[in-house]
Amino acid sequence: MSLLSLRQIRAGYDARSVLHDIELDVEERQIQVVLGANGAGKTTLLRAISGTIARQGTIMFGGMPIDRLSARKIVAAGIAHVPQGRGTFADLTVDENIRLGAYLRTVAEARQDRERWLTFFPRLRERLSQQAGSLSGGEQQMLAITRALMLRPRLLLLDEPSLGLAPIITQGLFRTLAAIREETGMTMLIVEQSANLALEVADSGVVLESGQIVLRDSAQSLAGNDEVRRIYLGYE
Amino acid sequence: MTLFASQIVDGLADGAIYASLALALVFSYRSTGIVNFAQGEMAMLSAYLVWQLMAWGLPLIPAVLVSIVVSFIAGTLLYASIVKPLSHASLLTVVSVLIGLYLALNSLAGFIWTYTIKPLPSLFPKAHLQFGSFSVSAETAGIIVVVGLVLLLLYLLFETTKVGLAMRGAASTPDSAVLVGVSVPVMLLIGWGIAAALGALSGILVAPRVFLNPTMMFGVIIYAFAAATLGGFDSIVGAVVGGLLVGVVENLVGTYVPWIGPDLKIIVALVLIFGTLLIKPDGLFGRKKVVRL
Repeated sequence: MSLLSLRQIRAGYDARSVLHDIELDVEERQIQVVLGANGAGKTTLLRAISGTIARQGTIMFGGMPIDRLSARKIVAAGIAHVPQGRGTFADLTVDENIRLGAYLRTVAEARQDRERWLTFFPRLRERLSQQAGSLSGGEQQMLAITRALMLRPRLLLLDEPSLGLAPIITQGLFRTLAAIREETGMTMLIVEQSANLALEVADSGVVLESGQIVLRDSAQSLAGNDEVRRIYLGYE
Repeated sequence: MTLFASQIVDGLADGAIYASLALALVFSYRSTGIVNFAQGEMAMLSAYLVWQLMAWGLPLIPAVLVSIVVSFIAGTLLYASIVKPLSHASLLTVVSVLIGLYLALNSLAGFIWTYTIKPLPSLFPKAHLQFGSFSVSAETAGIIVVVGLVLLLLYLLFETTKVGLAMRGAASTPDSAVLVGVSVPVMLLIGWGIAAALGALSGILVAPRVFLNPTMMFGVIIYAFAAATLGGFDSIVGAVVGGLLVGVVENLVGTYVPWIGPDLKIIVALVLIFGTLLIKPDGLFGRKKVVRL
């Protein structure tokens, strides 16, 4: 059974509907990537899963329906969402951001996990007492991911982690994500516009177009698919 | 020299009162972006509540504690009943409603307790503490110590507890606070409760000096606005430093500038507000609003 499955999901903002009848399964311990152009509905899809917007349809997570739960309950159920633009607490220090990520867990667990995740992001360790708002874009993304991991989630949702980052930084970030999955078996659903690096670490992927899934395949075949290469990978 | 020193110390005591009311303003502003114009009137009602409880036979200290707890609850109710439903309303609507609340609370106090002034006993004895040639009244010293302790408690709440951290997170970036499992409305509710309790403290400390009457907070709220503006409206440290500065400057100007004297002292507050907005609109400790694209 899939860790996460979406059936006939519709969602949007006010009267404007963005997603139409989305069917999606995310398997445990897999990294799945959602590709799509601007406005295809990628961010809306993640928001529908994390309950930060209204949605209709069925969402099962670990065998439990979560489509009627509030965003807070979904966090508690074990889905961590790293929003687009990172959403770090700019006024708080790096350490406080990390600790707040473990808000639903005990202090002892938080201390233990903090050490573990900081080994994946050593840059953050040097900046623990610095204000999050003063970090570089790449560091903020690392912080947002660390904060999400502090929840000890079963599923990590990542919304365009590469946004605004230099390719070399993005590459390092995806390698770290792959290493985290390797070591912990964390399931991830990653939304990306720049697809090459994401497909390198992913197991499978779907292509979203105008709020509908038009293609689903293994990451390898997607990377070799002419259409995908032309539109999303920038090869002519 | 002794006059100068005692003016400074008196100024710090006044400043501590302004600081607690300024902190109340800053708390509600930081968490919800709303300046609570009725904060002073709520504080006035808190002071009246102490008087009423004492009239019913409660001793001073328990009456003060009950009033502060009731004020906390009143602050949370204000948030839940008025502020939260207005969270998507226009600024003009919110300002109108809060000014309406100001007038309503003011009239309510007059209606219940009349406009005749009433004495409220001080929390501190009428003694003087002697340090060598320098003497300070127990009230002045007491105010500074009480506000100092409250500030210390707030510091511990925000810096060392999980709830405090969650409150700061909710005020800073509410969308992300939800994503780590923090209930933002509950945090804002607590924030408005603390603001009302701090306001109550300022009202209870100031009432014995000016006597209880429905307009007793008028001067204090102006000084508190000056303090919050000077410190930067979104800074907790700024509110405290601003409050102390305003208190000291007000006392020194009132004593040493003959044509101002005690009657025109309020001009000092207005000049400080105006000057800050003109020269450094974000205040001494305020954050410049920078948006990273």
